[in-house]
Amino acid sequence: MLLFRKEIMIAKQSIKFLVVLFTLTTTLTAFANGGDHENQHTKGNQVDSPDEIREYISHHLKDSHDFHFYSDNATGRHFSFPLPVIVWTSEGLRTFMSSEFHHDDAGHVIVEKDGVKLTKIHSKIHELEAGAHQVKFDEYHHAVNAHRVLDFSITKSVFGMLLAGLLMLLGFGALARSYKKGHVPTGIGRFLEPLVIYVRDEIAKPNIGEKKYRKFMGFLLTVFFFIWILNLLGLTPLGFNVTGQIAVTACLAIFTMLIYMFSGSKDFWAHTLWMPGVPYLLRIPLAIIELVGFVLIKPFSLLVRLFANMTAGHFVVMSLIALMITMKEAFGPVTSTGMSLVLALFISVIEILVAFLQAFIFTMLSSLFIGMAVEEHDHH
Amino acid sequence: MYNLIGAGLIVIGGGIGLGQIGGKAMESIARQPEAAGKIQTAMIIIGALLEGLAFGALILGK
Amino acid sequence: MDQLLNDFSPGLFFMQAIILLILIVLMRKFAWKPILNSLQDREDGIKNALESAENAKLEMQNLRADNDRLLKEARAERETMLKEARELKDKMIEDAKTEAQEQADKMIAQAQASIESEKKAAMAELKNHVAGISLEIAEKVVRTELSNKDKQLQLVETMLDEKSLN
Repeated sequence: MLLFRKEIMIAKQSIKFLVVLFTLTTTLTAFANGGDHENQHTKGNQVDSPDEIREYISHHLKDSHDFHFYSDNATGRHFSFPLPVIVWTSEGLRTFMSSEFHHDDAGHVIVEKDGVKLTKIHSKIHELEAGAHQVKFDEYHHAVNAHRVLDFSITKSVFGMLLAGLLMLLGFGALARSYKKGHVPTGIGRFLEPLVIYVRDEIAKPNIGEKKYRKFMGFLLTVFFFIWILNLLGLTPLGFNVTGQIAVTACLAIFTMLIYMFSGSKDFWAHTLWMPGVPYLLRIPLAIIELVGFVLIKPFSLLVRLFANMTAGHFVVMSLIALMITMKEAFGPVTSTGMSLVLALFISVIEILVAFLQAFIFTMLSSLFIGMAVEEHDHH
Repeated sequence: MYNLIGAGLIVIGGGIGLGQIGGKAMESIARQPEAAGKIQTAMIIIGALLEGLAFGALILGK
Repeated sequence: MDQLLNDFSPGLFFMQAIILLILIVLMRKFAWKPILNSLQDREDGIKNALESAENAKLEMQNLRADNDRLLKEARAERETMLKEARELKDKMIEDAKTEAQEQADKMIAQAQASIESEKKAAMAELKNHVAGISLEIAEKVVRTELSNKDKQLQLVETMLDEKSLN
């Protein structure tokens, strides 16, 4: 696993300098050093065949239950620290540390907690049915005698979200406090204040309107910075892929949907459900189309856009880094490494732009939809 | 197999659409450089909507 | 789509919803509200300051216009005063000149008149004198002539000749 891990580390280290939020990385590095945990259970194996690389990338794109930095091939050590697992099983709530799985991801290690047998298959925690001692798989590699449980664990994504939330509270709290001393912010606030003004003046005001934008600023600002920080965290060598989790983007989109549905003005509902100026026969199908558009299609496009962009970005960067392994036989180690480094650097720079762009577009479209809902039409 | 063909078609369609948006936006910016900011924002929004459509089709078809 | 649904984790969705909700509430209370309020205050302050500066500028302009008007008036007044003074001066000089001219003319005329009369008197006196001298001469000549008889006769004759010639 190692060689690949290390190379990702090296390539992403160079990207790190480009990441603007340097404070972010410094806090995290300190954290990571303190949390190193050694585990000698599984032997590391090198990732070098295309299948293994594909497996590795798809594993990275998923959520995981421990925080893995890298593994040492020679000694078989994993440098990682475990995160708490909180699952709701058929017998009730069970909590333990993810280190009890010993980095197993194939359903071999079975953890028994007060009569509940749990195992981890492809980053998902499964509960074995009563009486079973081992996971049986069918030909499609689906577990037959185990089912998934409700997983409220502090996974890597949840950890990332908490981290982003903490950073936001610290950064913007500092900005808010700095106003008590004077009209001009100091320190990090100097960098953050224009961003807040940008969201207010370029995103919220033009789309929602001068009069009503204030009510939605809390949501829009929080979502903008939340997505942006998580996107940027995904570019650090820490390997977060929070905004590439469909559950996360779905939650964000549903929040937007609920907000514009509940703040819709009378005009909005009148125009959606009983469109004036249209023959009566057409009004019912039109209402269905409008309603489906607002309830399903708009949130779906929001959630899919963010998810797909971030997943694709991570996929492309990791594939380009993997070039140095897959192209080694064809071009030799120096050329393949150089090529993958240059290409990965290029795409990573684009990804920094995409990180901002996706946060911007999510917020922009959210405010556009909110603006549609709160708009009051002139009656003619 | 058919999935892959469908995905390819989606990507072609999305590419043509994005090219149109980008090209027309460039033209309008060249014609009215003072409106560049507004045109850019509108371009990004429409691009995002198109992208959402393409991704949606891609994922639903996958 | 199947794979996506398979990857969808309800637990993660739930955690995300809770974290986002708490984050929105906390950020609203501790960050966005004070930040947006301060920004609004600051912008209002800047706007007010700009407006009052504009007002001050207008007032300043009015004041300057007043000053300009006063200055112009004063200048015009000075101009007229200077003009009047100049006219007066010119007139006075003109008057003095004409008077002097008249005086001089008069004096010259008087002088000429007196010169004329003096001349006349001198002429008359000279005439008288010449007549007297002529008489004396004539007397003396006659006396000498008459003492010689021939000569007397000769004279009478010449005189007669002259007369007859005339």
